[in-house]
Amino acid sequence: MTAPDIREAILEILSDIVPDDDVSQLQDNVPFREQLELDSMDFLDIVMELRKRYRIQVPEEDYAQLASMASTVAYLEPRMRDLEKV
Amino acid sequence: MYDVAIIGAGMSGLAAGVRLALYDQRVVVLERHYAVGGLNSFYRLRGRFYDVGLHAVTNFAKAGARIGPLPRLLRQLRLRWDDFALREQVGSAVAFPDCELRFTNDFELFRADVHRAFPAEKNNFERLVGRLPSYDEVLRLPQAVSARRVLEETIGDRLLREMLLCPLAWYGSARENDMDWGLFSVLFRSIFMEGLARPFRGVRQILKHLVQKFKSLGGQLKTRAGVRQIRVDGKRATAIVLDDGQEIVARRIISSAGAVETHRMLSDAETLPSPAAGNLSFAETISVLDRSPGDLGYDKTVVFFNDSEHFHWQRPGDELCDVRTGVICSPSNYVYTEQEGSLTDSIVRVTALANFDRWSRLSAVDYAAAKEDWYERMVASAVRFVPDYRPSIIERDMFTPRTIRNFTWHENGAVYGAPQKRFDGSTRLDNLYLCGTDQGFLGIIGAITGGIAIANRCLQQSTSDFPS
Repeated sequence: MTAPDIREAILEILSDIVPDDDVSQLQDNVPFREQLELDSMDFLDIVMELRKRYRIQVPEEDYAQLASMASTVAYLEPRMRDLEKV
Repeated sequence: MYDVAIIGAGMSGLAAGVRLALYDQRVVVLERHYAVGGLNSFYRLRGRFYDVGLHAVTNFAKAGARIGPLPRLLRQLRLRWDDFALREQVGSAVAFPDCELRFTNDFELFRADVHRAFPAEKNNFERLVGRLPSYDEVLRLPQAVSARRVLEETIGDRLLREMLLCPLAWYGSARENDMDWGLFSVLFRSIFMEGLARPFRGVRQILKHLVQKFKSLGGQLKTRAGVRQIRVDGKRATAIVLDDGQEIVARRIISSAGAVETHRMLSDAETLPSPAAGNLSFAETISVLDRSPGDLGYDKTVVFFNDSEHFHWQRPGDELCDVRTGVICSPSNYVYTEQEGSLTDSIVRVTALANFDRWSRLSAVDYAAAKEDWYERMVASAVRFVPDYRPSIIERDMFTPRTIRNFTWHENGAVYGAPQKRFDGSTRLDNLYLCGTDQGFLGIIGAITGGIAIANRCLQQSTSDFPS
């Protein structure tokens, strides 16, 4: 998967986790928390959805990397590079 | 082999089950009773459906709201607002002699009513509201802080202190004569700031969606599956033995049975001191009327009453029940939609404090007589605060501490469990967690939130599991 594919995948996950938020206007360099109604419990959902959908394990010490779209894509890109887009 | 076995199919156990199944954990929920719901179940008697525990769902949030406990748990369980279909209360009251405070789901009305009834306490009340910790802050508070102490520091008028404490103790204090300040704050927000609601179909509506969701995600629900023992090896629970001898193996176990009740299941329980059980139990009268409460001039949803200036929150010592304080609730007095109409049965419930030991010592004959006697006394006490509905009663039922013990297996019939809570659900075993009443998240929304929190802990840990 390329960086844009990963971004797309994260948007899909976010729209499932917070269905009432509009994720299409998300700014990549601003933390999710400032743009969406996400709390620490919801961040776990991002991690769990990544595991469920792409078999990607994000250890607890790396959760901070998922703060914004830009940091999430940067973190996941080397880990998802070899995955086929689904 | 399961990833997680959950003991108890109440609100917290089912919610934990949904959350775990959502992320492909192999989950089984084990329930001793033949019905789900635990403390919030329902039953059918002589052709009518009754809720067991539900007076009101607290923590109301309107459809589309994104902040607060209810929107958050709906998100986490991937449920829709319409699944719970909560309808708001008409209005409730705290009734003491010569003083009544009214509240609805609009906090400004309650605030104005406190200002009206206690003009000298206006600023003090605002100081109290300002001191309330947020939900997240409560989790980090020490549990030993007394709500009575904080109230004494903040509010000058003793009557106002008692009138604030009474409804909040009634909806969740397992501690006699006081309550924990964190819990007081949670309940203040849940009841006065967020508000009360109820689905038209009562607790069945919520249970139905939790069970359906759980099963649709592949979760297994076993009823009539009581747990006899949890086998322990060192710091780990290794297996569950059911009442019928069947063994269940799971990587992790979540028990909603209660702290002392779970402790007793452990195979090494005798070698360790038992946690303290709670002492507060209730009796409740359920009266079906031949007309709607509104026709009798009774339009309140919940009335918390106390017949003197002093609020006593303790196990009755000399008698089976204490009717000086109580809660009166009518499920008819919610704003249902036009489509729903009004409830088929007009019901009024009255709850009173009760002494488990005294009720449990009665012979079968004395027990039946005591139920008759206390039904009359509880209703007689209640109608001092609401219109006398006794001539309209066409059907009645009653539960006592004994009923609670028989169907929930809670020690002492303690509805709110043990005084000491564990928000993080941890136990002395690495793979055993508590959720539910003794975790300390109260009410239906609290129980579901607590179950989710423990499930999330299990999910986090499962990321380092070896595949099997």
